[in-house]
Amino acid sequence: MGLFDRFDGLAKLHAMATTGGEDPFAVRMDRVLSPTEAVINGRQTILIGTHNYLGLTFDPACIEASQKAVAAFGTGTTGSRIANGSYAGHRGLEKTLAAFFGRKHCMVFSTGYQANLGILSTVAGPQDHLLIDADSHASIYDACKLGSATVVRFRHNDPADLDRRLQKLSGEPGNRVIVAEGLYSMLGDTAPLREFVEVKKKHGAYIVLDEAHSVGTMGENGRGLAEAEGLEADVDFVVGTFSKSFGAVGGFCVSDMEGFEVLRIASRPYMFTASLPPSIMASVTEAVHQVQARPELRRQLWQNVDRLYGGLQKAGFILGPEKAPVVAITLRDQETAIRFWNGLLANGVYCALVLPPATPNGLSLCRLSLCAAHTAAQIKRVVEVATGVANEIGAFDAVPAKRAAAG
Amino acid sequence: MGLVHREDTAVFDAVVTLLDQFKREEAIITRETDISEDLRLDSLAVMDLMMELEDKFDVSIPLNLVAEIRTVGDLAEAVRRH
Ligand SMILES: Cc1ncc(COP(=O)(O)O)c(C=O)c1O
Repeated sequence: MGLFDRFDGLAKLHAMATTGGEDPFAVRMDRVLSPTEAVINGRQTILIGTHNYLGLTFDPACIEASQKAVAAFGTGTTGSRIANGSYAGHRGLEKTLAAFFGRKHCMVFSTGYQANLGILSTVAGPQDHLLIDADSHASIYDACKLGSATVVRFRHNDPADLDRRLQKLSGEPGNRVIVAEGLYSMLGDTAPLREFVEVKKKHGAYIVLDEAHSVGTMGENGRGLAEAEGLEADVDFVVGTFSKSFGAVGGFCVSDMEGFEVLRIASRPYMFTASLPPSIMASVTEAVHQVQARPELRRQLWQNVDRLYGGLQKAGFILGPEKAPVVAITLRDQETAIRFWNGLLANGVYCALVLPPATPNGLSLCRLSLCAAHTAAQIKRVVEVATGVANEIGAFDAVPAKRAAAG
Repeated sequence: MGLVHREDTAVFDAVVTLLDQFKREEAIITRETDISEDLRLDSLAVMDLMMELEDKFDVSIPLNLVAEIRTVGDLAEAVRRH
């Protein structure tokens, strides 16, 4: 048996995904013109599949800060913070984030993925229980594999199910740590945080909230779902990323938990990898300032959400349950989703194609993410193209088949 | 037929019934049937199936066990033991 034979099924899936012409997993942007436009296959294309929610990737202040840092501190840190030293920028960014969230502690990680690995694998040990939402991001699942806690999966956004599963653990030793996301990136639905907090208190558990998609986009000051719901004091750890609203790369965790700093010498995904380069720390520090100084970015984003969600809904598309910066179109099946996605790209609209097993309930999705920098004209164009393509390929013809029993 | 055996058969039958809704490939299901190879269930579908079984039998099967479950027999055994 060959080394990669066990990926035959995956290879077949990939082959199927490319039947529409383009390889959805290998789109190349030859030039990036702005946060909302790039040149793909020689064509000027609207970008509506990235998570550049606030459009900060081309923010002049962020770029300037980044350029200054690279000139002053060099291109990379060439090592990990515990073995090779921290730069002023690391601590600066941690302090900036702690102040932004009004928390005592902040740890910065090299990616959002690693932030989840680093936190979840350490806050729960061999005797403990991690209770994770069924629709959790891959990084949360992988964090469970890296750690040694017993892992229990509860039904997506279902506080009663979480309560029941915690109840079943009664009498067993160890801590209980609940893991949920603020805004789920597949369908754009948000966690019922108030109910989760009640369940958490009832069972004396802790909660880690991954606000990857909600920081910058939700809450009066952009601090995420916990802020929007007035529940920040009840959330023990917030995990997030710099790769979405902050327009760069990296991850973080903030907390008020006593003893948190020990994780710097306990968390392997923090310790055994190179730290973020100076340019990134500088641009993200500036991006945090921009998020604070320009609430209008959030207003523009949500205006765009209204426009796109409203437009697509009127056209007859099946969308996620809530209006959110991620607008997911559910297509009937994988083939239809692939054809639809190709049609969009051929007409200068690039969104994300997401297929099972990456999606909940076996759904086939084309996922559109909004940016504060999208213009009304761009969104109008996206709705027109989507409607045209859907009509052409008969995407409106039947309801999607949900996988039985799974949802 | 001992008590354990009868219990086991009941669990196995329930697993087979549930699997019918999840499987992507037509196949006669035995204890040796490989869940991912023969029935083409992806990892997420296996976890969803486990959740259904947990509720049906009012048991709690830690996710940590999923990696060890390869066949339908393994799955039935996991349910029976918890
Ligand atoms: C909920 C969630 N958590 C974590 C991550 C990982 O973040 P990053 O891509 O910055 O590593 C992502 C996105 O990829 C995400 O959607």
